[in-house]
Formats: sequence, C-alpha cells, structure tokens
Amino acid sequence: MADTKAKPGQPKQGLLLDIRNLRIEATVYPPGETPKNIVLVHDVSLTLEKGKVLGLIGESGAGKSTIGLSSMGYGRGGVRITGGEVILNGRDILKGGKEGFRKLRGREVCYVAQSAAAAFNPAHRLMDQVVEATLLHGTATRAEAEKRAVALFKKLSLPNPETIGERFPHQVSGGQLQRVMTAMALCSEPDLIVFDEPTTALDVTTQIDVLAAIKDAIRDTHVAALYITHDLAVVAQVSDEIMVLRHGRLVEWGGTRQIIKEPRQEYTNALVSVHEIEHLEQKPGATPFLSVKNVTAAYGGSHIKVLKNVSVDIYPGQTLAVVGESGSGKSTLARAITGLLPPEEGTVTFDGRPLANRLADRPKEDLRQLQMIYQMADVAMNPRQTVGTIIGRPLEFYFGMRGRERDKRVAELLDEIEMGKGFLDRYPAELSGGQKQRVCIARSLAAKPKLIICDEVTSALDPLVANGILKLLLNLQQHEKVAYLFITHDLATVKSIADSIAVMYRGEVVRYGPKSKVLTPPFDAYTDLLLSSVPEMEIGWLEKAIKGRRMASAGN
Amino acid sequence: MLDIKRIPIPALIGIVLTTLFVLAAIFAPWIAPHGNGEIIGDVWEPMSSAHWLGTDNLGRDLLSRMIYGARITLFIAVLATALSFSLGAILGFSAAVFGGWYDTLLSRLVDLLMSIPTLIMGLVVLSVLPTNLITLILVMGILDSTRVYRLSRAVAVDINVMDYVEAAKLRGEGSGWIIFREILPNALSPLVSELGLRFIYAVLFLSTLSFLGLGVQPPDADWGGMVKENKDGIVFGIGAALIPAAAIAMLAISVNLVADWVLNRTTSLKGGRG
Repeated sequence: MADTKAKPGQPKQGLLLDIRNLRIEATVYPPGETPKNIVLVHDVSLTLEKGKVLGLIGESGAGKSTIGLSSMGYGRGGVRITGGEVILNGRDILKGGKEGFRKLRGREVCYVAQSAAAAFNPAHRLMDQVVEATLLHGTATRAEAEKRAVALFKKLSLPNPETIGERFPHQVSGGQLQRVMTAMALCSEPDLIVFDEPTTALDVTTQIDVLAAIKDAIRDTHVAALYITHDLAVVAQVSDEIMVLRHGRLVEWGGTRQIIKEPRQEYTNALVSVHEIEHLEQKPGATPFLSVKNVTAAYGGSHIKVLKNVSVDIYPGQTLAVVGESGSGKSTLARAITGLLPPEEGTVTFDGRPLANRLADRPKEDLRQLQMIYQMADVAMNPRQTVGTIIGRPLEFYFGMRGRERDKRVAELLDEIEMGKGFLDRYPAELSGGQKQRVCIARSLAAKPKLIICDEVTSALDPLVANGILKLLLNLQQHEKVAYLFITHDLATVKSIADSIAVMYRGEVVRYGPKSKVLTPPFDAYTDLLLSSVPEMEIGWLEKAIKGRRMASAGN
Repeated sequence: MLDIKRIPIPALIGIVLTTLFVLAAIFAPWIAPHGNGEIIGDVWEPMSSAHWLGTDNLGRDLLSRMIYGARITLFIAVLATALSFSLGAILGFSAAVFGGWYDTLLSRLVDLLMSIPTLIMGLVVLSVLPTNLITLILVMGILDSTRVYRLSRAVAVDINVMDYVEAAKLRGEGSGWIIFREILPNALSPLVSELGLRFIYAVLFLSTLSFLGLGVQPPDADWGGMVKENKDGIVFGIGAALIPAAAIAMLAISVNLVADWVLNRTTSLKGGRG
C-alpha cells in the first residue's frame, strides 16, 4: 500500500488544494439504541495543483462526495469534519469559521451538483442564478457578470447563448441545464470546481456533449477541478490523476494512464475490468412465443404517440435487449406488453394466441407467465413486508402453496439468488441495493414465468454490483429457461446479456435483429451515435468520438 | 419483543395514565365510593377525607361522578373514533385505488358534508333524531370520518403509484389485498398520528354537545356535561368545574404521548427492531 499512497513524483509548485489526514464523522441514530459515531472518511490526504483535474472514484458509500465537499468546508446532513486540514491557497479553511466559508464558497470554490434539475431554483430565471454568487461577492458588476455568463454559455455550446439566460430551469433540457450549472460555477472565476457526478443522470448520447463542454471549459479557464463519479471510463476522459476510494479509505492514487492501464491494487483492477462478461449469442428458435406486432400506443388520449408501429419477437429462453435514450419509448413498450398501457393498434401474441389488451381482462395464468423487475428495487418492494412475504406471496397467489411447503420453496429461491436463509425475516430497508434487486428477481422467478421484463434493472447499481446481477440473470436463464426482455440504455450491458437487440428512437424501432448483426457495421445514423457515445476506458476517446459523429443527439 | 426499559419516559407516563383512565372506566361500579346519582351531602362541599374531590351542584360525590363519567366519555369517544377511522380509511383507500367516478362521487359527497360546520350539522341532526348513545356515536363517527377520508385518500393516492403496488396489480391481486396489505401498512404512520388527535377531538366534541344539552342526558354525564353542571360554581370561587376539565386535558395529553410513541415505532422501516 505504501508505494501507491505516495503521490506520483511531481513538482510541488502551484499547489492549490492540500488536504491532510482528513477525517469525517457522522452520528447515526438507530431507533431504540444509543446514538453512535461512525467514521466516514479515514485520514485521507490529497493535493491538487492549479489547473489540474483530479478524479475521485468509488462505489456508493466510498466517501467521494464527502471528500469533495470538504474542500469547501461543507458537511452534508450532519456530517462533521473532525480531523485534518484543508489548505486552500495556502490557508486552512477549516479555521476560518462561518465568515471564512462565506467568503470562500461561490468565489474560490464552486460546486456542480449531480442533478441540475433539482439544484436550480425553479422560480428564478437561469441568468439570475448564474450570476448570483458573483454579485454577492461583489467581484463584478451585473453587466460584467452577465457578459461573462453569455461568453461561458457560448463556450459550453449552449443554443442561443444570448437569450438562454432568460429562460426558467424547466424550459431547458437536462443536458443543457447541467451545462448552465457549469457556467454558473465558472462565472465567479473560482480556483477550484467540485463536479459531483455531473453526467451520471444523463443519457449516454447527452453525456458525451456535456463531458466535452466541461472538458473544454476547464482547459480554457485554467480552473482546477475535483471530478467525482463512479464511472471510470468517464473520469478517464477529463482528469489528469485518479484517486480510487473504498469505504472512506484511499485505495490507489496515480496518473490516469497508470490507473486504467496498470492498476496496482486488486480493487482498481476489478473496477477497470468490470464490464467484461462473455455471452455467446443464441440463434433465434423456430417460433417466437411472444410477438409484438405493429403496436402503436399513446398517452393522453392518442395525442402523444409514444410507440409507433413497433414489432419485435421474443424466443423461448433468449434475451431481447431494447436500447435507446430516455423518451425513446422503451419502457412504454414494456407497459404495452404487460397491459398497463393498452395499445391503440396492433396485437401482442403469446404462445400463439392473442393477449388481452387490458391488464384486467387477462387470466391469472397469463399474468403468471409475464413477470417484471423494476429499475428501482427500493420502491418495487413493499417496505412493510419481509423478504419472506415478498417472495412467498406469488407462491401463495399462483400455486396456492401454504405453510411449510411455501417456506421450503422460498428458501430454495433465496439459494438460487445466492442469498441465505438469514434474510427471510428482513425488511427491504435492511438490505443493500444489490440484495434488494436479487429479492425482486426471486419474486418474479417464484411465479415460474416464461418471460421476465427487466426495466433498467442494473442502472441504479454500482458497476461491480450490477455485474453480479447480470451474471445471476444469465445463470438463471440457463437453469430455468426463462426469456428476458431487457430494457436498458447501457450498451455494455446489452453486449453481455443480449441474443437479439432492438434499437429504439423516438417511439420507433430503428434497428432490430440478432446481436451480431445489430452490432456490426454498416450502422444507421442513430445506432452509430449510440454506439460511439458509450465511454471507453481509453485516453483521448472523447475527442475521437466527437469528431466521428454523424448526427447530434436528440436530447442535447 | 417489547422491552419496557426501552420505552421512552414520556410514552411510559402516557401509557400509565391512559391505563388508569381505562381501568377506572371499566371497573367504575366497583371503584366508585358512591353511586352515580346518589346525593350524599351538601351542594359544592370542599374536598375532604370523606369526599376526595368534594361534591357537585346537587351534592353528589364528584369523584364517583368522575369515575362514571370516564366510562361514558371513553366508551362514546372510542366507538366514534373507531367508526370514523374504519369508515374514513376504507372509503379513502378505495377511492384512491379505484379512482374515476367512484372517487369523484365520494369526494364531492365528503366536500358537501364538510362544507357544513360540524357543530351545526351535529346540532341539527341530533335535535331531529332521538338522543341516545347509538345515534350519538353514529353522528360523531360519520361527521369525523370525512376528515379521515380526506387524509387517507391523499396518503393512498401517493402510495398507489409506487412500483410495488404496480407489481401487485401485475401479479393480478384483487383490491382487497392492495388496500389492506399494500397500502394500509404504509399509510399507518399518518393515520396513527391522526388517530391520537381525532380521539381527543371526539372527547371534546362530545363535551361540547353535552355542554349544549344534546349529548349524554342526565342523570348520566360525561366530563363535558359535568363541566356544564358545575360551571356556575366558578362565579363563587368553587373549582368543581375545573376537575372534569383537567381530566379531559390529562386524557388528551396522555393519549397523544402514546400515539407519538406508536408513531415512532411504526415509522421505522426495519420493523421497529433497530
């Protein structure tokens, strides 16, 4: 460990931020027990030079945001900085008190939040919010600040840079809002910007634009940055150095090239090689058991068509992946198949007979054959039911199992999802994110379905955990011969699980076929955009990808 | 399981007081030193060793009246609250789950009922119907259920759009399961906190009605009625009216201390196990 903790040999001049032995604690209040202190960050030290970008990376709970925010002396939600020094521009900001923080925040250090949509005040125009910090600190007059803001809008390639500031937050798209927020951070000409997962909530096709804009802005303004993310491929594009964190401790710290090419720690290696699951494509069988024919569906009484003439087939025991950006209609396709949104035109046939359009008209047997797993396992399980009840209910409901017979089957299912009997009496709140998703998988398996619809099941999970879930799904497919309709926006996931792929764009299927065919050139323009937007763990990928694009993304 | 040592002190106080009230109500004939309507002394005698709380406006033992009063007060308030909660919650949940015409019809009906001030509505209805315990409970329960309906419908509408309810619908579950097994456990926290308040409102409403002469009829009396009987004494510096008033206040506080504690436990998503 010793050699990786040492900073790569570089001159110490131009030092901007120097965090020494930072220790951050929080008090937790378990109900009915005495409150106790837990340490979130264990003596982490880092340094950052002027104009450099340091990427902080790790899974949820690694303490990356907490460390990032400590550079502006801020502890989120009762979190306390209890030890160490944060030296910015040569002085320890922790000793400055409240008055010191007020002078520092928004002037020397600025912050870009993960969800710009939630971080902007919906009641004020964008321009007022962008220049607010600058005006409050009195570093520029309003006219100067607005001129600077417009220049920044231009630099971040926002549409109509002169007038976009007059809009309200809900009048611009998510990707644009994220760039406006970057402009807001840059407007007061700070020395350091903390980017907290700025592209995580965006589509891949939008992410690439925002990423490029942020990178250009950092280069042109010579600002230093802490870039927090869980996606190693993203951070490899923008940062000079990368720091890997886990459980509030430093794992490895080095230059970007060294981390992604020659990781020294096992954990870093696991992060770097996470996406690689080998999955051989199965040839489509003779007859599909579920086919969607010319389905058109709409919300709001046929005014907004979200599915236009969609046809896909699913073969027994195989996986059809549906890919596309948000708003492309992929989740709506699932809702049409399950009967939650009855299609206006077209039919869904199952085992050679048409399925009733409306959920209420379907017999129990049809409902049993089609199960669904949701993106957010948190809200897909009743928080007041134990794992035993959640998995046991489909057994009772479909097969009339009771008592010992049901308990035995629940135990078998828990085994299948690689969780032990000890989880039987737990509530969902007592499980980790990955475990929750496993319980949801067990719940749908309990019905012994022919098809499971997986709606973005791995999107909310950390890469390593998501990987485990994908492997589990593939294993289960081999044992139980169940087919998946796998909805995702993540092409790496598609490559590792799909047999055939349908690419959706604005409610239409633009490309459909076996995986090998869909992923082999020549591509249509949209598939090309989608494929080329997936960050690769390679330095210089971003510039290459931007140059090679044939069309701009829709949601940008 | 429940560990007495881990119950916070306020909740413990609430539990002890509430239990005392309930025990007094149940065992009234055995505990009370004198009969309910028995005149045993002078009018408004001060507290003494013979009559711990003194006597009332007719010379009846106030302590005995208080104990019998607890019986009537609690009996009516508990039944009225139970009625208003079962009615309000079930209708509110079903309105949220079924939606459409059913929801509109029920909600407008409730709006109609609520647009008339409760007290005036109660006065009108009770002066028309024969005044007995059953009508009293029914009127109080139904009038109060409009508030519970609005709360439970609002809570259930939010829960009804959660993925786990959708998952239950996809499974093919009936509305019974969805209302009682998916929605009810998750709506329990706001309902329990409302229960503590509503119970006390029921006690106060009953007191108001009795004070106006439309509630419990003499010689029986609930605490509110006893305040009315003894109110004239206040002018002469006699505190007999304050004793039932203090009992109402104490009951209100102790029930809410218990409700708060139950609320704390039910809010935990880890089954209160910590």
